[in-house]
Amino acid sequence: MADIAVKVHDLGKRYEIGTRRNGGATMLREALSDTLKAPLTKLASLARRLRSHGPVPTAVSSVSPRHIWALRNVSFEVPRGEIIGIIGPNGAGKSTLLKILSRITEPSEGRVEIRGRVGSLLEIGTGFHPELTGRENAYLSGALLGMRKAEIDRKLDEIIAFAEIEKFADTPVKHYSSGMYVRLAFAVAAHLEPEILIVDEVLAVGDVAFQRKCLNKMEDVRQHGRTILFVSHNMQAITRLCTRAILISHGGIQHDGSAAETAGKYLMANVKTSAERVWSEPLSAPGDRVARLRKVRVRDESGCTVDAIDIRRTVGIEMVFEVLEDGHALIPALELYNEAGTCVFLTSDLDPVSRGKSRQRATVTTVAWIPGNLLSEGLFLVTVFLSTIRPLKSHFHQRDAVAFHVVDSFAPDSARGDWDGPIPGVVRPLLRWTNQATEAPGP
Amino acid sequence: MANDVTEGVAIVGGIPPAPTQPLVTTVIEPSRGWVPLKVSELWEYREVLYFLIWRDIKVRYRQTLLGAAWAIVQPFMTMIVFTVFFGRLAKMPSDGAPYALFALAALVPWTFFANGLTQSANSLVHSGHLITKVYFPRILVPMGRVLSGLPDLGLSFLVLLGMVRWYGLLEIRGRLLWLPALAFLVFITAFGVGLWLSALNVRYRDIQHAVPFLAQIWLFATPIAYPSSLLPEPWRTIYSLNPLVGVVEGFRWALLGSGHAPGLSLAFSTLAAVLLLVTGAYVFRRIERTFADVV
Repeated sequence: MADIAVKVHDLGKRYEIGTRRNGGATMLREALSDTLKAPLTKLASLARRLRSHGPVPTAVSSVSPRHIWALRNVSFEVPRGEIIGIIGPNGAGKSTLLKILSRITEPSEGRVEIRGRVGSLLEIGTGFHPELTGRENAYLSGALLGMRKAEIDRKLDEIIAFAEIEKFADTPVKHYSSGMYVRLAFAVAAHLEPEILIVDEVLAVGDVAFQRKCLNKMEDVRQHGRTILFVSHNMQAITRLCTRAILISHGGIQHDGSAAETAGKYLMANVKTSAERVWSEPLSAPGDRVARLRKVRVRDESGCTVDAIDIRRTVGIEMVFEVLEDGHALIPALELYNEAGTCVFLTSDLDPVSRGKSRQRATVTTVAWIPGNLLSEGLFLVTVFLSTIRPLKSHFHQRDAVAFHVVDSFAPDSARGDWDGPIPGVVRPLLRWTNQATEAPGP
Repeated sequence: MANDVTEGVAIVGGIPPAPTQPLVTTVIEPSRGWVPLKVSELWEYREVLYFLIWRDIKVRYRQTLLGAAWAIVQPFMTMIVFTVFFGRLAKMPSDGAPYALFALAALVPWTFFANGLTQSANSLVHSGHLITKVYFPRILVPMGRVLSGLPDLGLSFLVLLGMVRWYGLLEIRGRLLWLPALAFLVFITAFGVGLWLSALNVRYRDIQHAVPFLAQIWLFATPIAYPSSLLPEPWRTIYSLNPLVGVVEGFRWALLGSGHAPGLSLAFSTLAAVLLLVTGAYVFRRIERTFADVV
């Protein structure tokens, strides 16, 4: 495992219901009575076994409703220098995974090997004490996050400058505004130099400008060859920072792949519609006696079905339908809707091979190609239909047949150029701009 | 937790290690049964301990009028109360020493012990925000709480020395050298009990209700208001299984010259203290793995 920074093998974490979190502290009385009852319970089960002459299921505890698995059978590897995103719905087990990797809680099964010093940022302002000053908290928090005192001594001025709290460095943080507090907390964290950084949703706080500063800092860290595990609900941040992402839900890995792909899977999981829809039963398929829809899917240029596509890349909407009757000039068409329900455009088949010509009985595959650098980022829903124009007659009309995500990977050759803030608009075309300078007006 | 540093490479503070440098490998696995103490890891995290103590000391008397004077007020006021009620009214014997000194010589180590006990018993529960968010050996939390009482102990000890001198009893003699050893014995005892209580408190909050009561009982089970010479012999030795008995008697003997030189009773006390510490440490390590899930 020369280049592997983190190796997770078959990891599992089991919680006992009723002893988790706030319900946690049990009563001493219960523990004492359980201890006293234990031999009796054992005797009872022994008696049951003797009576039934059968083996008592030994795995009782693992199926018992008193346990829940927050995480199970999780395996993955993170090569050194990679930023890996971890995404998933709330309660999926992401935080449990980070807590195990940070050694805060112990796994119930499996094994993790970590090569290198780990720094984990599971909250903003770890160890901050309200009565201590900004400077003092920088020391305390820095030490808890794994910095040496000498290291903090060296970086203190830089930390305070990064947080923009020079004037208040000797004021107790309880008098800080929440913005100052967060800035200081992040400044400390940003100056950690572990080989492996574990970050949980820290970017959810702070204003837009500060979030951008944080993202830039993380990019810096990546460029220094460090490994980052990054949990977030912010798909923009994931696709921008990470090369790869893991989707966790119900305590297991649902998908492990490129960040854009995984983000797409996650976003699609919240949408009923998927990237491909097949009607295998001819009778239930949309259509009439002339034609019948069999399949719709979202594909890339190489022919793979995709949930998500890079904003710069061409995406195809493929429709497969059966022509059941000869002699109709069938025109497939589709409408694209964005998340807000706005119709972005309607397009119909203009291929000279088929346009206006009557079709013979066959299975037809038709693809509408949407060029890259046209759509804005986000979710798009596709409605497909097939009609004859003169006279106008609809053969099928399938609302929200498929859906896909356009993902912005913050590449400079997209329409965003080197701007890294939000961009409004239903479309984001890459336009040609020209400039012409004339003589400056006289004084 | 079973985290084995298989390649024990010390990381020099701050300098990002070059890629060629061997990296520390950490293995995270479920642990079973009794787990070792891993003293080397504690040494590695010594700076965290330092900052935990430093925080406790910094925060303790912030926004108070009297500040560090509180370190003195507590034993001194108790001494006055004891002197009035036990010394004057109850005419309690004091092994020949002035009763006020007799009481204060016991109250100085006792106050360190009692504060260490109550502080460390609640330490883990009060540090829940740390335990669930960052890793460091959890044993440093109760240890830091007990150690952060040292400046208070030092201050009140100076007052005690001043009092002894004021009574004209201060003699520079070899037996004063026993005092650091005795202070260490109080620390071991407070830390040992603190380990037991803090770990159990994470699970059973009953502990936090029992602690003030325990401290009170312990106060009376220790010869603070009265001399241990009141007890007849076979009982007296058994009685010194309470480590504070050896400490308090030792303090009086070293400072005031009263009572007996530390002998069998101090040996008993030390034995009991070490036993408390070792069992406490193992119980703590055993329960430690569930802290973050339960606290």
